[in-house]
Amino acid sequence: MEIVVCISVVPDTTSKINFTENNTKFDENGITFIINPFDEFCLTKAIFIKEQIGANITVLNVGGSKNDPVLRKSLAIGADKAVRIDAKNLDALTVSKHLSTYIKENNFDIIFCGKESIDYNGGKVPGFISAILNIPFANACVGMKIEGENVIVNNEIDNGIQICKSKKPIVIAGQKGLVEEKELKIPSMRGIMMARSKPLEIIHPKEEIKNNLDITEFKLPKGKSECKMIDSDNIPELISLLKNEAKVL
Amino acid sequence: MSILIFAETWNGKLKKSSFEAISYAKKLSDNLDLKTFTLIFSKLDDSIKLIEEYGSDEIIKYDSIDLESIENDKLAHMMTKTAEKISAKHIIISNTSRGKSICSKIAIDTNSSLITNAIALPTEYKPINIKCKAFSSKAFSYYKSTSDKNVITILPNSVGCETKPSTAKITEGDLDLLNFESNTEILREEKNSSEISLTDAERVVSAGRGLKSPENWKMIEELANLINGGTACSKPVSDMGWRPHSEHVGQTGIAINPDLYIAVGISGAIQHLAGVSNSKKIVVINTDPEAPFFKSADYGIVGDAFEVIPKMIEEIKKIQD
Repeated sequence: MEIVVCISVVPDTTSKINFTENNTKFDENGITFIINPFDEFCLTKAIFIKEQIGANITVLNVGGSKNDPVLRKSLAIGADKAVRIDAKNLDALTVSKHLSTYIKENNFDIIFCGKESIDYNGGKVPGFISAILNIPFANACVGMKIEGENVIVNNEIDNGIQICKSKKPIVIAGQKGLVEEKELKIPSMRGIMMARSKPLEIIHPKEEIKNNLDITEFKLPKGKSECKMIDSDNIPELISLLKNEAKVL
Repeated sequence: MSILIFAETWNGKLKKSSFEAISYAKKLSDNLDLKTFTLIFSKLDDSIKLIEEYGSDEIIKYDSIDLESIENDKLAHMMTKTAEKISAKHIIISNTSRGKSICSKIAIDTNSSLITNAIALPTEYKPINIKCKAFSSKAFSYYKSTSDKNVITILPNSVGCETKPSTAKITEGDLDLLNFESNTEILREEKNSSEISLTDAERVVSAGRGLKSPENWKMIEELANLINGGTACSKPVSDMGWRPHSEHVGQTGIAINPDLYIAVGISGAIQHLAGVSNSKKIVVINTDPEAPFFKSADYGIVGDAFEVIPKMIEEIKKIQD
C-alpha cells in the first residue's frame, strides 16, 4: 500500500493574525508554523493503516525550506519519507497541479489531504487533485476502510453521513473522525531520532505553473463593540434586546 | 453569455442557501448584463415558484430524479455540460457540503477560476474581485480572478437575499447530461435526527463542559427548538462523547455563521471562536465573569445556566404567544 499525505504548513491555531506590505502579505513575524490540523488526522490514519496492513507513507508539501521543520516532525510522527516540491505557493490551483504531477508519477493508492487548511480555508486542493487525476474523491471524510481494491468511506454531509464505495486510487479529504483527537500521534524520542535518517527529498519543478487567482488585499474584521452585560435576574430584558435591538428573535 | 446557478434542494425543497445563491446571481447578472439559468432537481411546484420569487431568467428543471441519488462527480459533470451549453461565464454554488464537493471538479473541467467562501458581491467586476472568509474568520481576503470564467461558492447566511419576482422560462433538464459513469457508488445515508443543518442555521444554541453532563442537553435542545435553531457544542464535549462530532463547532470542527449564537458554559478559547466569530450576534452565558468569551460577545450574562436557560425558555414562550 502506497499512501501519500499532502501536508500544508499553517500558523498555529492560537496565532494572532496580522498583515504587512499594505495589507497584501501575511505577517509571519513571531508566528509558529504547524502541520495543518486536518492533515494531522490524515497522517495518524495513514500510520494506523501502516500498522494494520503495512504501507509506505510519504508526506508531500509544496513550499520553501521554512516548511522543512514541519516535514521533519511528520517523519518523527511516523511517515517514511518526506518530499517538498520547491515552488511558490501562488494559489490552490498551482499547488494542486504540483501535487498532482508528483502523485501521478509515483502511483499512490490513497491520497490523503486535510479537508481544508486553517489559513486560507479554501478547501479546494483535494477536489482539484481528484479532478486533475480523474480519480474518486471522498470529501469531509470521517471514516474509511480498505477492502481489497475498494475503499469504503464515510463522508460528512449537511444533515448526516453518506457512505460510499470507490476503487483505489482515491483522494480522501479528511478531518476529525478519521481518527479521534486523543489518538493523534505525537513524535516520540525514538521517532525524532529515527526521523534524522529518513529521506527528505526536494524537487525542483521543471515548468512554472500559472495561477488564476491573486489576493489583492487582506482585511481584519471590525472589532466587536463592548459586550452588554445583563443581570441574570433580568432575563426579560435579554429577550427584549434580542427581539427589538438585535432583531434576531 | 450567462450565469448558471445550482439551486440545492433537500428532499426536493429549496435550501435557504439556494435563495442566497439565486439572489446573488441576480445581482451579479444585473451588473454584468448576463442571463441567469437556475438548475434544480425537484418535482415541487413550490420550489419553482420560490426561484421565480428571487429572480431567474430561466429554470432548468429535473423532476424525475432525486438529487440525493446523484454522485458528486456525475453532478459536477452535468453542471459542466450545462455550463457549456448555455455559455456560462460564472457558476454560482452554495458553499454547503454538496457545493464544496463539486466545485473543484467543475472549475477544472470548465477551465474556470474557483473562488470559495464568498461573503459579498464583487468589489470590482472586470476582472472580478470578491471578499472571502479566511484564517478561520480571523480575517478576510480579496480574490481577483485572472480568468474570464469563474466558479463562485457563497458562504451560507452571509450575503443576504432579496426577492425580485420575475417569470422564468422553464425548461426540462436534458437527461443525457447525466449519462456519466461515476467512480463512486453511494451505499447509503445516515441522516441526523435534527432537521436543521448547522451550516445553514439562522440560530444556534451551543453548550460546553459547563453543562456538567450530557443529560443536561435537554434544556439546550428545548431552547433551540423553540427558536427554530440548531444545537452545537464545544470540542471537549464532543471529545468526551457527550454530543456527536457533527455538532462540534470550532477550528477543527465546523464553522458556522448564524444570525444568533447562544453559548452556554463555553469559556471561548481562540480555537472555539474560529468556528463561531462570524455569527452576527453572540450571547454568552457563563458562571465565570472572567470567561474570555465575553470579550467577543454582544450580550453577556454571568450566571448559572440551570437557572438562566429555563427562564429564557419561559420568556421566549411568552413573546411567542
